[in-house]
This record gives sequence, C-alpha cells and structure tokens, in this order.
Amino acid sequence: MPLLPQRWRLFVILLIVIGLPILTGLVWLILTSLFDRVHGLIPQGPFGPENWRFLVEPSIQGRPPVWVALFNSIVFSAAVAVIEVLVSAMAAYAISRMQFPFRRTYLGFVLMLHAFPAISLIIAIFYVLRILGLFDTLMGVILVKASLELPLGIWLMKGFFDNLSWEMEMGALVDGASRWTVFWRIALPMVRPGILALGTFAMLSAWGEFILPFTLIVSGKSWTMALYLQSFMGEAFTDYGLMAGVGLFYVLPVVLFFLLGQKYLLNIYSGGVKG
Amino acid sequence: MSGVTVRIEGLVKHFGRVEALKMLDLELKPGELVAFLGPSGCGKTTTLLLMAGIYKPTAGEIYFDDNRVDQLHPRERDIGMVFQSYALYPHLSLFENIAFPLRLQRVVKSEVKRKVEQTAELLGITEQLQRRPGMVSGGQQQRAALARALVKEPQLLLLDEPLSNLDALIRLSARAEIRRLQQDLSITSILVTHDQAEALAMADRVACFSVGEVQQYATPDELYERPANTFVAGFVGFPPMNLIEGTFNGGFKAKDLGVAVPDGHSGGKGHLGIRPEDVRFDGDILGKVLLIESLGRDALLTLDVGGNILKAMAAKGMESRPGDEVKLSFPQQWLHLFDVNGERLDR
Repeated sequence: MPLLPQRWRLFVILLIVIGLPILTGLVWLILTSLFDRVHGLIPQGPFGPENWRFLVEPSIQGRPPVWVALFNSIVFSAAVAVIEVLVSAMAAYAISRMQFPFRRTYLGFVLMLHAFPAISLIIAIFYVLRILGLFDTLMGVILVKASLELPLGIWLMKGFFDNLSWEMEMGALVDGASRWTVFWRIALPMVRPGILALGTFAMLSAWGEFILPFTLIVSGKSWTMALYLQSFMGEAFTDYGLMAGVGLFYVLPVVLFFLLGQKYLLNIYSGGVKG
Repeated sequence: MSGVTVRIEGLVKHFGRVEALKMLDLELKPGELVAFLGPSGCGKTTTLLLMAGIYKPTAGEIYFDDNRVDQLHPRERDIGMVFQSYALYPHLSLFENIAFPLRLQRVVKSEVKRKVEQTAELLGITEQLQRRPGMVSGGQQQRAALARALVKEPQLLLLDEPLSNLDALIRLSARAEIRRLQQDLSITSILVTHDQAEALAMADRVACFSVGEVQQYATPDELYERPANTFVAGFVGFPPMNLIEGTFNGGFKAKDLGVAVPDGHSGGKGHLGIRPEDVRFDGDILGKVLLIESLGRDALLTLDVGGNILKAMAAKGMESRPGDEVKLSFPQQWLHLFDVNGERLDR
C-alpha cells in the first residue's frame, strides 16, 4: 500500500471523525445483539445467541415468524423496483421521443407529484385502497410505493433517453425494426446504467420503507421487516437486545446485496453510451 | 443486388409552418449514384428521411420502380442507410451490428454468419468483427455502418454525410471505395453531402438544393460548366465563382469595370460570373492586388478591379505583391451571364 501524500492525511482524519458516530452505532448494534446486557459500549451480561432466538421461534408473542416478514420485504422491494423501472422506462421513452399534446404540462405535473410527501396523501390513499379492495395486502402497498417513486424515475430515465442519438434509432427503423423492437433491443440496453441505478435506489427505498406498510397493512401475514422490527418497541418495556438482533438481521440482506453486486453497481458510470 | 428506379413526384414536407421541402420532382436511373448537395437546412436530409420512411410527406409521391412507397413503414421499403454518426449500436459487437437487419428478418443462423462474413470481407473488416464499435477506428466504424446497410442487399442505398466524420486523408480513399463498391453492386444510391468536391467526385448526377428546392439536377460537369443560376454558380466549385452585379448594355458594366460579353442577354441589370481559375493575367483590364493566399501549387489573389472585389487564381512564381497593379482579361467562353433574378441567360 503506498503511503498517502501528506496533504491527504488531514482529509482522512476528517473522514474518520465524521464516520465515527455511524461506526459507534454499528458497534453498539453488534455488541447489543450478542450479549445479554450492554452498558454504553461495555458488555455486561453473558455472551450468547439469546437475542437471536427470533430466528428459530415460530412466533414471539403472537408475531408472525421473521421469515414471513423477510419474504414479504424481499417481494415488496423486488416488485417495487421492477414496476418502477419498467413503467419509468416506457413513460420516459415516450416523453423523450414522441410528440403528443400537453407533453410539457404533463412533465410539469409529474414533477409536482414528487413534491408531495407520502404522509400527506396517506388518508386519501387509504380510502382508494379500501375501495379497490387492496387494503391490508402487500399488492396494495407495492402499487402505492411504486407510483410514489415514479416521478423521480421518469425524470431520471428521460434524461438518459434524451442523450441517445436519434440517428441510431432511425438506423434501426430502416434496418427493419418496429418501434417496440427499437425500444426493447436498442434504446433499453443503452440506458442500462440508468436502469441499474434506478432499480437499486427503488429497491433500497422500498426495503427501508416504513410509513406506507405501517399505515396500509394490519395483519401479520403481510408484515414487512420494518413492521416486524417496529413491533418490538413497546410502550412500557423494550427488549433492546432482541431489537438489535432483529435490526442487524434486517440490514444483512442489503449488505449482502452490495457485496455481491458491487462489481455491477460500481460499473454504473463506466458503462457509457458513446460508441 | 439490383438497382431500382426511383421516382419522386411533387414531394412536399412541412414541419409546422416551416416549409422544409417545397416541391420536388426527381428521377434516379437504376444503379445511379445521385448526390444531394446543398448547405445545411436546404432540405436534402429531409428528402433522404422521406425516402427512408422516417418522415411521412405532407404531399407528393415516391415510387421505387412502379411501387408507391411513401406511406410504407421503413422496414417495408428495403433500403440500407448510413448515417453521419454511423449510428452503430455501442452495446453490440460489429458482427452483431451488421447482423442486426438479418436477425430482424429472422434469417437462419448459418445464413446470417455467411452473409455477415461475406459483407465484412468485402469491406475489409473481418478482423474487427468481434470488437465493439468503441474499440475500432473511425474508418472501421464507417465500413461497419456501410456493411450493415449492405448486408440485406437493399434495392436502394441512402448515405447521409457518410464521410464527414473521417480524417481528410481517409476521406479520399473512402470516397473512392464507396464509389467502387456502389458501381460493382450497381445499387441505386443517394448521397447527401454539403461538400461539393465529394458530390462532384462521386456522383453520376447531382441535385443541388437550396431553401427547400432543387436548383439544378445535372451531371457534375454540367453543374460546373453551366450552372443554372447564381446559387449553383456560387456553391459549386472552389474557390467559388466571382459574381459581379452590374448592367448589360452591349457589354457588361459594373462600377468602373467594362467587359465585352457574348450575345444572349437582352440588356438590363444582371450578374456576370467568372471562376477564379478562368481569369487570365494578360489583356487590358487593370486590377490592384489586395491580398495573396498561397494554395501550394497556385496562389489565390484578391483583386480590386474597377471597384469590384474579385478572386483570381495565379500560377506560383508570378511576382506580385499587395498594392501591385496587374493586367487581366476575362475570356468570353468562360463567362457566365445571369439575369437580375440570378437565372442563367443561356448562350
């Protein structure tokens, strides 16, 4: 390892200082999940897997098994990502390439939608889902979350499509492609960096989503991990050891996702569109 | 491959209120290469895209042989096209790029391989087939784009400024190569270009465009020797033809310059044209040298002749400096006479 130049050392120290609180939090989380009791950062009680019992117990005080919540969270994140990428890409392509009345107005409205915090719409959404019969279903939350994320996705993808050369698409049309083929086989592969970025953001955003499932899901069989974790925060008593265990378990898939996908994710910006 | 006869009748294209193409009638013979020449925004690319089917015409008809095609989807027209930017697909290898039109036609795999390799060999890019467009040189990209256009053996080849992204040196060889290939395959072709040298060198006939109209449709020689109007006269040929505004009255008079001209005019205001290379350095017209630009073999002189600024080509070694007086003559057989509207007064 080459030594860093002198002037970088200060920078590194600064980074460590900024990172310290986050690091402390992580250390606390890990320690608390592994010992019976922890005071500050000093373990007190005996070391043991006691706090990880939620993994094997079918039900802790009437809660659904954690595996159900994990499964729901994975389905939730994946579905939101897939829907958002597909719909954003198609909408953005149309906006970027086609002329239709009120195109600019439409774009403006899409952006305005993004300005509404989800929480301010939650009562209206609640009623809409009730009427559609999607209240208290994972499907309902998936649709709500995906549509709330759409404005950002559409604008992001529109930027990517705007940068594609028209000539390339004209070439494909002359080569004998239909409009759909041009989109699917030419335009879409070339905005892959955008798709990867958007898909990752959508997935992470859904993985951490709390307010929507909290409001729109009641029954335990549809719980996501966020709800499962929240359920341990009691009004009178909170088992912090258990919560730390669940919290760590909640984080692990994301860490795993990054470790496995690092190569592709870091590739996002080196893919390039230029020929 | 066999060339097709192309007939364009009364073609008009408007974009909103902009008249991109006013009224076009044109015919291409089978196997002919026709250049659409003109400055940018003159309607030449619009016409090409109308032929390709990217745009639908506002009015008018296009026929390939006897089939009317102007309302057909591009894929039903059987054309190959090369773009200025080459428009290769950066995420596919050259092989897949060239194979793309065949894959869309669901040609069987072995046949695709055979055809792609055959076309690649024709263009000398066999070695590069597995590389992506970003990994090969500009000249090779250009060949790949041409291969993609030719691989499905189209009945019409459209070339939209195919050479303008190449280095000057490669451009000359690519020019000759495209021409040779086009003649070997005897495929009817349209070349869009703003480079008059390219148009004159490559084309059987040239359609000279300006502001949405064809100004002249003729062979390169005719375009150069008998330009139909002052636009063509000024656009074709480099350095451009001198055009002097003045009055015909027996001879031609512009400010203090008087020139004897052949018959054929009926007097009145008009333009006199003479190419810089046709001005002779003998005779009795006096000119003052303002500027000398060396062009290597020759020198281009800017002259003040009786109050008119003219350019003249002089052989190297003619001793003259800015400020010198020179004697000139304008040989009658090289004069071009235009009326007040810029139309040729025919001899």
